[in-house]
Amino acid sequence: MGMKKTDTVISSAKTQAVLKQMLVSVSAIIVSLLLGMGLIALMGINPLTAFSALLQGAFGSVNAFSETMVKMTPLLFTGMSYGLANRCGLTNLGMEGQLYMGALASTAVGIYATGLPPAIHVPLCLMAGFLGGGLWCLLAGWLKVRFGASEIITTVMLNTIAINFIEFMVNGPMIEPPGINCQTSPVQASAQLGKLIPDTRVHLGFVIALAFIALFWLFLWRSKKGYEVRVSGFNMQAAAYSGINTNHNILLITFLAGGLAGLAGCCEILGIQIRMIPSISPGYGFDGIAVSLIGMNTPVGTIVGALLFGAFRAGGNRMQMKAKVPNAIVSVMQAFVIIAVVASQMLLEKWNEKQLKNQKQEA
Amino acid sequence: MQTLSLIAGYLTSDIRMATPILLAGLGLLLINRSGLLNIGAEGTMLIATLIAVVGSFYGGSVWIGLLCAIALGALVGLLFAFLTVTLKANQVVVGAAINTLGSGLSATLYRVIFGVATDIQRIDTFQNLNIPLLSDIPFLGTAFFQHMPIVYIAFLLVPVISYFLFKTQSGLNLRAVGENPKVADTLGINVYRVQYTAAVVGSMIIAAGGAFLSTGLLKFFSEEMVSGRGFIALAAVIFGRYKPSGVMVAALIFMAGNVAANILQVAGSNIPYNFLTMIPYVLTVIALAAFAKSATAPASLGVPYKRG
Repeated sequence: MGMKKTDTVISSAKTQAVLKQMLVSVSAIIVSLLLGMGLIALMGINPLTAFSALLQGAFGSVNAFSETMVKMTPLLFTGMSYGLANRCGLTNLGMEGQLYMGALASTAVGIYATGLPPAIHVPLCLMAGFLGGGLWCLLAGWLKVRFGASEIITTVMLNTIAINFIEFMVNGPMIEPPGINCQTSPVQASAQLGKLIPDTRVHLGFVIALAFIALFWLFLWRSKKGYEVRVSGFNMQAAAYSGINTNHNILLITFLAGGLAGLAGCCEILGIQIRMIPSISPGYGFDGIAVSLIGMNTPVGTIVGALLFGAFRAGGNRMQMKAKVPNAIVSVMQAFVIIAVVASQMLLEKWNEKQLKNQKQEA
Repeated sequence: MQTLSLIAGYLTSDIRMATPILLAGLGLLLINRSGLLNIGAEGTMLIATLIAVVGSFYGGSVWIGLLCAIALGALVGLLFAFLTVTLKANQVVVGAAINTLGSGLSATLYRVIFGVATDIQRIDTFQNLNIPLLSDIPFLGTAFFQHMPIVYIAFLLVPVISYFLFKTQSGLNLRAVGENPKVADTLGINVYRVQYTAAVVGSMIIAAGGAFLSTGLLKFFSEEMVSGRGFIALAAVIFGRYKPSGVMVAALIFMAGNVAANILQVAGSNIPYNFLTMIPYVLTVIALAAFAKSATAPASLGVPYKRG
């Protein structure tokens, strides 16, 4: 009986903490939206017109919402990628490069593996995408384990290396014959992802991303390995003392996190672009940081974060057309959101500490 | 004789191209040395490129543009310090936010101020300043003494910052904070003030690098014109082993590859351009692996310090 009581007390405290955190995130988002509106007003444009255009462009019709889903798909993957690494105490800033490597690998399998039925070809391409991104990030993990090189910096450097490598491949060895346009041939029809809603661009990649969100949850919260990873995330040294093979976990997590980012590129190829081009991502990799941040590295939170930024991206175009607000303002609002969320999280922590201190003094 | 003048020309463009990297690298160095890890140089430079152009356009002088950019750099540094030092937010996340902010804000403000018209406005830009007598020396004169003023300033900053870091008490304090803020605190150093100052001054120097890009190296603003130089600067700091002279050498080596790539491309060489562009990043990854054990980075880099 007593056990049960403490359990409920703990779980209610937990829910309270989560609720508090959510409240903070939501108010941070609202504050940054207001700031964005202020900026639009400064340009002499009615912010309400601009925002209603943005909302219409993101949610106004089936077509609009399907565009939001299109933009959400890579963000779900890169958000998970950053979140997974973060849960293990690692910082993966190389999602952009991993996305590109995944895209390239899946394009190669999509073009050169011929005569396969879709039921085999598509999974094969997905595996290639996962491997491409995963191995690229594993390189950073290996450099960390073997030499102690900080993955924060190596992943940043590997981004540019990957993007340059892709430019070379698309301009050279993999260029579409006869070699006029800087792009590869299209992938085989058997490798393309089907449409989720007819006459829109949203594709099965969205469902695959949601399936991986479920896997993400199962792995981190329902498996022994996931538990180890989360313990390492709290304190890598303590985890090592308690017998967890942290080096092994770093390698595993960098591979998995890179693989997730690779899938972002892979789905973008198989579902949208159909072929590899040098500018396949408008920054989905770095956006993953913001997505995961808003989502507090949780599965549901990641979906919410991806929805928010996906809507920004989808609605931004319409806002530019209808309200003449430059599309780039979406980036500004994203930055506001990130800053507001981290600032409010830290303020919340400070406030909690103060409360704890007061309680101690009273006792 | 012709080879000599070719080499002189090559050196001239290497030095000119290296200048924005050097400035950004020196700024980052100061910030890093105080224990703050800033990956936001790219965004800081981007805002600065625009503000320098705007300042020069309305103020009529490229120097006004530079001052505006530096002032804006100070603001960015203040924001970074407030979030990472006072609020102790994750430095990497804040840096990433600054990059997004820089990219979005520069593009937005550009369209608001100059409209979507494609005709480029003429603005005052930096001109070469030939150093009397020295610039007349054959070969050396053309290579080293026929540059824009800001180039000389950037290279003079190398010994200045070196002297500051390694020969003055404030420099020692700054390094102490980066190595072990707790000990520095017990020694009576105001850790937060040192980090705030480093972030603000460092961002001002980074912004100067951005200003040079749009009013010296190039003559106007274009979107995303920093194109990775902020990250190359970060690479230069690491490859230069957190020393001003090292940053300078790294910037020159990195850009030498780039200049060579340009020349080869014009000459129609078959060496893929992309592999030459990769060089700085590959070198830095190798350097990171090679130097990691010898601990050249400040020991407390990226770790927020909490008093008490």
